[in-house]
Amino acid sequence: MASSLIIGQYVPADSVVHRLDPRTKIMMIFTFVIIVFFANNAPSYLWLTVFSLGAATLTKIKPRFLLKGLKPVWFLIVFTFLLHLFVTREGDVLTTLLGFPVYTGALIQGFQISLRFFLLILVTSLLTLTTTPIEITDAIETLLHPLKKIKFPVHELALMMSISLRFIPTLMQETEKISKAQASRGVDFKTGPLKERIQAVVPLLVPLFVSAFKRAEELAMAMEARGYRGGEGRTRLRELAIVSRDYIAFCLFFIVIAGLFVLRG
Amino acid sequence: MTTEQVIFNNVSFRYAEDQPWVLKNVNFSIKQDEWVAILGHNGSGKSTIAKLMNGLLFPDEGEIYVHGIKVTPDTVWDVREKVGMVFQNPDNQFVGTTVRDDVAFGLENRGIDRNIMIKRIEESLLSVRMTDYLLHEPHRLSGGQKQRVAIAGVLAIQPNLIILDEATAMLDPRGRKEIMTTVNDLRRETKVNLVSITHDLNEITGADRVIVMNDGEVWLETVPRELFKQETALRQIGLDVPFTAKLANRLQTDFEFSQQPLTQKELLDQLWTFHSNK
Repeated sequence: MASSLIIGQYVPADSVVHRLDPRTKIMMIFTFVIIVFFANNAPSYLWLTVFSLGAATLTKIKPRFLLKGLKPVWFLIVFTFLLHLFVTREGDVLTTLLGFPVYTGALIQGFQISLRFFLLILVTSLLTLTTTPIEITDAIETLLHPLKKIKFPVHELALMMSISLRFIPTLMQETEKISKAQASRGVDFKTGPLKERIQAVVPLLVPLFVSAFKRAEELAMAMEARGYRGGEGRTRLRELAIVSRDYIAFCLFFIVIAGLFVLRG
Repeated sequence: MTTEQVIFNNVSFRYAEDQPWVLKNVNFSIKQDEWVAILGHNGSGKSTIAKLMNGLLFPDEGEIYVHGIKVTPDTVWDVREKVGMVFQNPDNQFVGTTVRDDVAFGLENRGIDRNIMIKRIEESLLSVRMTDYLLHEPHRLSGGQKQRVAIAGVLAIQPNLIILDEATAMLDPRGRKEIMTTVNDLRRETKVNLVSITHDLNEITGADRVIVMNDGEVWLETVPRELFKQETALRQIGLDVPFTAKLANRLQTDFEFSQQPLTQKELLDQLWTFHSNK
C-alpha cells in the first residue's frame, strides 16, 4: 500500500544532487530545457549527453529506477526516430527498408531528435527523482515571490499545494475503503462493458467528494484555531539556503552552457 | 486580577434564528491550574462550548471571558494566542506534510523565530513522546499518534488553556489509553489549564471538577468522585458510569466504602484492606 502511495517518483538517497537547493535544480533544469535546442552537431550533442549522464550518475539512483521512469516515453522516442527515418529526404540513399529509401540525413536527423527527446526527459525527471514534492513547493513559493507585487497569491498557492500533497495518501486510503464498502454492497468495478464500469465510479466519487468537503471544512476550522490568518507575518520552519555547493553547481553548469556554444557549428 | 481563566456569564447560543437554542443560560468558571471535564451525550452542547471558548463561534447572549479578555470578533486573535485546541478527527487537523511541519504550523502562524521554533518543537514532541517520528508523514501514523502530534502542536504555542474537544472519540481503545496517559502526564509535569470535553466517564477520573451538560444547560457541577455515585440519574441523561463505579455502587449495600473509588486500583485497595482488617 505505502509503496503505491509514493507521490511523484522521489527516490530517497544521500547524494550531492539530492542536497542541492531545489531552486538551483529548477533553474538549471529550466535552462537546460532551452539550451538543448541549441545543439546542432555531434560534438555539442555528445557534450550535453555527457552532462546529463554525469548528472544522473551523481544522483546515486540505480539506473534501473531511471529507466523505469522513462518507460512511458520509450515508445515516443522510438516513434520519433522512425518517423524521421522515413520522412526526411536528405543526403545519400543508404539502403532500402520495407520498400522505403533510407537517407543518411534521415538517420542523422532521427538520431538527433530522439536523443534530444531522451535528454529532455532524463534531465527533467531528475528533478522529481531527487527532490521531495514539498521542497519543490517551497522552491516555487520563493521563486514566484516577486509576483506578490502584482497581487498574485503566491503563499496561498504554495499552502494549497502542500495541503494537497498531505491529503493525497489520506484520500487514497479513503477511496480504497469506499470502494470496498461499495463492492460489498454489490457495485461491480472490474467487469462489464466500459460504459457500466464508468457508471460504477459514481457511487465511489460521490461519498469521496462529500467527505473531502467535510474534511476541508474541519481542516479550515483547525487551521483557524491554530492561529492561521494568511501569509502576513508568518515565519517559516523549512528554510531554503543557497550554499557553496549550489554556487559550484552554477559554475559547472555555466561551463556546460559555454562549452555548448563553443562546440555547436 | 482574578484567578478565573474562563468565565461563561449567562451564555446562550443557537446556530440560526429559526433553530432551537444549543446553549441556554450557561454559567460557569474555570480557575487557574484547574482541569475541568465537560461531560454530556451527543447534542448536549458540549462541543459548542469549546468552539465558543476560542472564538470559532460567538454567543448570541451573555459574555465569555478567557484569561481576562472578552471574546468578540475583534479580540479573537488575542484569545487564540492563549488557547490551544485539539479536535476530534485526527486526520482533519493535521496540516503539515510531516510531524515536524505540523507542530511548526501554529508557531509559524504566530511569527515565532525559527531557532525558538526548532527548540519548542523538540520539547513538545518530547513531552508527548513522539520525538522518534519527527519526519514521519501523517499516513504512517496511527490515530493515537496523530492526536499526540496535535497535542504537541498545542503545547508548542505555550497556551494558558488547552481544550481537548472529544480528542479520543475517534480512536481505538489503545489510542484512547495513549492520549489519556499523555494528558495525565502533562498535568503532573506542567501546571496547565485543561478543559476536556467528552462523553466517556472513564476519561474524567483525573479531572478536578466535572460540568455535566444536558440539553444545552448545566445539569450538574461536581467532582468526579461525587458524580460516580449518581449512576441512575446519569443513565437518564444518556451517560454510563465506568465498570468500577458500577461495581462499587452495587457493593455499597453490604459494604461501607470510606470514599467512592475512582479507579480500579482504589476499589481494589479498599476491598483488600477491608478484608485484611476483618
